[in-house]
Amino acid sequence: MWRYAGRRALSTIPVMAIVALFVFSLLYIAPGDPAAIIAGDQASAEDIARIHASLGLDRPFLVRFAEWLWDVARGDLGTSIFANLTVTHMIGQRVEPTLSLMALTLVFSIVVAVPLGVLAAAKAGSWIDRLVMLFAVLGFSVPVFVVGYVLAYVFALQLDWLPVQGYTPLSRGVWPWLSNLILPVLALGAIYIALIARITRASMLEVLGQDYIRTARAKGLGLAPILFLHALKNASVPIVTVIGLGVALLIGGAVVTESVFAIPGIGRLVVDAILRRDYPVIQGVTLMFSFLYVLVNLVVDVLYSLLDPRIRQ
Amino acid sequence: MIRWARRNPGIAVGGLLLALILLAAILAPVLFTVDPTALAPARRTRPPSAQHWFGTDMLGRDIYSRVVFGGRVSLVVGFAVAALTSIVGLVIGVLAGFVRLLDNVVMRAMDGLMAVPPILLAVALMALTRGSVQNVIIAITIAEIPRVSRLVRGVVLSLRELPYVEAAIAAGTRTPRLIWRHILPNTLAPLTVQASYICASAMITEAILSFIGAGTPPIVPSWGNIMAEGRALWQVKPFIVFFPAAALSVTVLAVNLLGDGLRDALDPRLARRL
Repeated sequence: MWRYAGRRALSTIPVMAIVALFVFSLLYIAPGDPAAIIAGDQASAEDIARIHASLGLDRPFLVRFAEWLWDVARGDLGTSIFANLTVTHMIGQRVEPTLSLMALTLVFSIVVAVPLGVLAAAKAGSWIDRLVMLFAVLGFSVPVFVVGYVLAYVFALQLDWLPVQGYTPLSRGVWPWLSNLILPVLALGAIYIALIARITRASMLEVLGQDYIRTARAKGLGLAPILFLHALKNASVPIVTVIGLGVALLIGGAVVTESVFAIPGIGRLVVDAILRRDYPVIQGVTLMFSFLYVLVNLVVDVLYSLLDPRIRQ
Repeated sequence: MIRWARRNPGIAVGGLLLALILLAAILAPVLFTVDPTALAPARRTRPPSAQHWFGTDMLGRDIYSRVVFGGRVSLVVGFAVAALTSIVGLVIGVLAGFVRLLDNVVMRAMDGLMAVPPILLAVALMALTRGSVQNVIIAITIAEIPRVSRLVRGVVLSLRELPYVEAAIAAGTRTPRLIWRHILPNTLAPLTVQASYICASAMITEAILSFIGAGTPPIVPSWGNIMAEGRALWQVKPFIVFFPAAALSVTVLAVNLLGDGLRDALDPRLARRL
């Protein structure tokens, strides 16, 4: 177990190095002088020269990459062009709302989607199954900001049950914190629930057709223990994989959700950075989220080996 | 015809919807629209009426015309990204599947690219270029290529194990001919299905990019742009956001239904699994 986890952890190092190389080279593959584009149309020559130097574009690619990598390894993601703050500091200030939103969405989606998928598979072809599949198609088709606006319009503006937008830190109480997050979590969760429910149903259908399920049924076991103990455990590997891969959707969706609900998180930071073309911030956040994504999938891989010892070989 | 439609409801419903939307986008100028960029400061944020079916935005532009013309942007981006990723993904996937030396390098690079969440990758690319429809297409294509390459490589590797391919190799078929005659035709079905999903997700990504200000320039009437402009007023004038949002959702739904239908029709084995 630990040997497998260690081996798997080591294998993420090259992936992270490639991610870092990609994120770094974006500056160089863009057509034209990125400094001029970042500076905007009204910039003076000095502005462009300043940005050129602060991005390190005046030095050779490899030298600059090595320096940058060394900085990143020490936790220094560079300095914002406009705010005169380090990117790490700016991210740190905004980590709580984003982490709350993503963690709540992750837990909520799994808790809702897995039973839905199991139910749909157990009653394959019934109206429940059709309803779940219909929801899955809709979840994939309606963009997260549309879901967000509809929810906010109905539950906040018309019914006045929940706040329209904003964020309250957890330190100011659980309910104020939660009430601000319910609608964003529902909006962000829609596509994720669709994804997980669909793969749960598919994976369960495959397992339910196998002999040992028939054996379990023949020996008189009830439907619930068969579904949730025998079948779900064996169907879990693809489900866990998709939950891990789906975190990419969650990250992209968080950027949008935070804009819709005016949540001052990392997503807002990116959006503000785009409008000002604050490239070091965009680069830093992209790199951080990518590393997070790689780490999540590392954890998922190690989880598999707990769920299914055959994979360790 | 009706029996065929009943057996393939996804293709029938999705295809019909998509055809209607395509037609509307092509015929936009004659569908009772006015110039989607014409300003009328005296008639700002009017609710829907007989004169302005979907109302007017904060610059007095007719939202109905903007939504109908906006469909062109979404459809062009969706189809262009689907076509480009399929072509590039096919080339990369086949090369990786056949040239062992390249396989490791290319697939590690794809792993790295895949680790960057697609929307963030597109955002980072767009921040370095000037906003235009063409740049949006390129940015989304780069973000989607790894998925297609992986799929094609997987299909190629599994095809290479099949007896008929081994027989062709044993019979002395040269590699280019083997790829052309035996491998490519069999990648088409999964590739078409994947392309339809990529088309759907590209349309959503385009709208998201425009919505957060990293997409097509504000002068272009795209669904994302209309929503971005209506954002500040959405609590008092929800109709500005509503109509482009509905148009986008219905279009993506049509493409997804078509994709699901194609998957069920082309690959019954996959259909049972998903």
